[in-house]
Amino acid sequence: MSRSEVRDQASQQDGGGFEPRIIGFLCNWCSYAGADLAGLSRMQYPHNIRIIRVMCTGRIDPTFVLQAFHDGTDGVLVAGCHPGDCHYMAGNEKAIRRLNLLKAYIAEMGLETERLRVEWVSASEGERFADIVRSMVDALKKIGPNPLTETVSSKR
Amino acid sequence: MNEVAASSEAVPRVGVYVCHCGKNIADTVDVKKVSEFASSLPNVVIARDYVHVCDEVGQDTISRDIKEQKLNRVVVAACSPKVHEVTFRRTLAKSGLNPYLLEVGNIREQCSWVHIDNKDLATEKAKDLVIMAVSKALLLRPLEAKEIETTKSTLVIGGGIAGVQAALDLADSGIKVHLVERASNIGGRMAQWGKVFPTMDCAACILMPKLVNVVQHPNITLYTHSEVKDFSGSLGNFKVKIVRKPKYVDEEKCTGCGTCAQKCPVKVPNEFDFGLGQRKAIYIPSPNAIPQKYTIDTDHCLYFTKGVCKVCQKFCTSGAINYEQQPQTVDIQVGTVVVATGYDPFDPSGILEYGFGKYDNVITGPMVERMADAMGPTGGKIIRLSDKKPPKKVAFLQCVGSRDEKLRLAYCSRVCCMYALKDAMMLKEEDPSIEATIFYIDIRAFGKGYEEFYVRGQERGVKFVRGKVSSIVEEPDTKRLRLRYEDTLLGRTIVEAFDLVVLSVGQLPRKEDQELGKLLGLPRGIEGFFMEAHPKLRPNDTVVDGIYLAGSAQYPKDITDAVAQASGAASRAAISLQVGKVQIEPVAPTVDENYCGGCGICVGTCTFNALKFDKQGEKRVVRVDESLCKGCGSCVAACPLSAIKAPQFTDQQIAAQVKALLRPETLRR
Repeated sequence: MSRSEVRDQASQQDGGGFEPRIIGFLCNWCSYAGADLAGLSRMQYPHNIRIIRVMCTGRIDPTFVLQAFHDGTDGVLVAGCHPGDCHYMAGNEKAIRRLNLLKAYIAEMGLETERLRVEWVSASEGERFADIVRSMVDALKKIGPNPLTETVSSKR
Repeated sequence: MNEVAASSEAVPRVGVYVCHCGKNIADTVDVKKVSEFASSLPNVVIARDYVHVCDEVGQDTISRDIKEQKLNRVVVAACSPKVHEVTFRRTLAKSGLNPYLLEVGNIREQCSWVHIDNKDLATEKAKDLVIMAVSKALLLRPLEAKEIETTKSTLVIGGGIAGVQAALDLADSGIKVHLVERASNIGGRMAQWGKVFPTMDCAACILMPKLVNVVQHPNITLYTHSEVKDFSGSLGNFKVKIVRKPKYVDEEKCTGCGTCAQKCPVKVPNEFDFGLGQRKAIYIPSPNAIPQKYTIDTDHCLYFTKGVCKVCQKFCTSGAINYEQQPQTVDIQVGTVVVATGYDPFDPSGILEYGFGKYDNVITGPMVERMADAMGPTGGKIIRLSDKKPPKKVAFLQCVGSRDEKLRLAYCSRVCCMYALKDAMMLKEEDPSIEATIFYIDIRAFGKGYEEFYVRGQERGVKFVRGKVSSIVEEPDTKRLRLRYEDTLLGRTIVEAFDLVVLSVGQLPRKEDQELGKLLGLPRGIEGFFMEAHPKLRPNDTVVDGIYLAGSAQYPKDITDAVAQASGAASRAAISLQVGKVQIEPVAPTVDENYCGGCGICVGTCTFNALKFDKQGEKRVVRVDESLCKGCGSCVAACPLSAIKAPQFTDQQIAAQVKALLRPETLRR
């Protein structure tokens, strides 16, 4: 069985329906540690997210997000330190400015803005991280798969 | 060093190690399937699964494979990189491979532990995380950590028992210490207590020698009435700006005779006594304060508020009063920092049911301490505030401001059971006929000698009632307090009158720590105390290399634990200083001057002023100052020409992880 077939079978067993794919960009000091804490505390959340570690959300080039949507992700989560708590002082402030602009841009591209979610999660907020993943999976299930995927794959 | 294999021209040969972590990963993720999947990936030469990759056998296996399989990239799929990235980097280094040719995939904290009921999906996720890690590993480049010399000096912030202990340990080992204290005198909370548990030692008697030692120590520079105003740099070389706020008293000339305070006409409630006693506008907080130097409180001094008086200057025989004294800024360079800023006792005025602040005879544990101090505001006598008479019946209420979800102070402050017991014992020692009752939820007598102290208290006749007091009402004529409580062991609700009620208040983080945390880059936990790097293995470290924690600033604790932790923090802080040098992580980006157009967008993004304009011939370019760069990568994201290249977490590596996940078919040899 191919890997996508395993995924489909598993989601059928779950009651069927679309399983959104989420890529999370998490910063090393706050949100990545918060996600680790969720694990340490054995908080359970949906499997749909795959996390990529960066040192700071300020590192996130909007092209990473754009490429992710182009390649078929259904949602992107960017999680960083709370305003005022950035390990590098103001990296998260740069991130929010870039990502807010990016949200407007993806709307123009025909992507629902709920697909790009920016959150602040501190190193002690394991529960919060789990909640964010749960709510994002629910929201994406409602709006369905990335509308670009068909367009892009048909051009391949 | 296997230079050829690690060079960018050599074909990547990846070894993948999938850890079971005992049952932590293997119970949920099918590690064998993940390992098989890994071996199917391009450039993966060998893939293994093992029960604890971090143990000796695991590490030796990696070492052997590096040599025998000529590996030049290693992927470990295991616990969070925040746990063992350092461990595996060492393994690579010992095996002759550049330690930065390692990538760790997090299949425990972010996979097996959070998808326990979804074994198939967790296994699929683990495979995804492995393919992402491998794709990043293919693009890793060897990096060199730079070695820099450390400044053999430490900054200790906070002059309480923890800060003092750390300072003395460091100074005794030959390290120069800069000890900064916000208050005019050192000693912190311990200087405010009368006796300490369980020995019933006089707090001042055991503290004073240490404080005198600090003042006299040739290796300690003491800054009182001072604050840390600016902070930058990194382990081995922190640059600190200390501001000495003016006391308006020349410390060289002041003899501590106290004539100025005697003559000063302004009386102010003394914060050191929690408002019980009074001090003057020119003051020392207590008669045995160290250093014995006076300070002018400009908020109340008549000269500073109204331009009149100047009586202190008139009567000072040493000419020590100087109304023109200016704040003094001192710039220092240190190798490490110890943060020992202590705590504030909880203010129970917000708990309306208890009547603190409304009823004279409802006081707090710290106020009892000030009364018990022989040099304190009541001459060592514990008295009722309404009529200044000693009480015959005293109630102690535990867990005020602790273990309280409603107040969002869910944690236990550790010391209150013991200090209430101590205060009850002090009352009994003074007058065995005094009735002392402790209203508790649990009695926590966890330390050495504490349980025996608790038993002694019971034998001396201290009463214990298991139950919380729900309300306190004052009898208007006698000012006695009527406590309504449930005795849960008897299963009855009782109303009983007491002469004096003592609220055993917990320890709270200091409000000023919020600012200090931002200045130093230290995160705080959900309770507000500074976060340790790891609660079990690194309780004295912070996530910032070179900054350590001691005392209640990290979490409520008693003097014994504060001293133990302070010595631990001092030992940690001394390591890199005694070695004399330290490795600096290669995090600073490089500017490719062929691409840099000198636009300066990056210069504006850098909070640390690490990017500076320079000239390359006629062209304006930007250069990175590695000593200031923290490696956040904001500039890398900002550069419109991608001229700034990150050494780790490169654009290509991040893009590769995204592609490997979403379009795995594109992962080619």
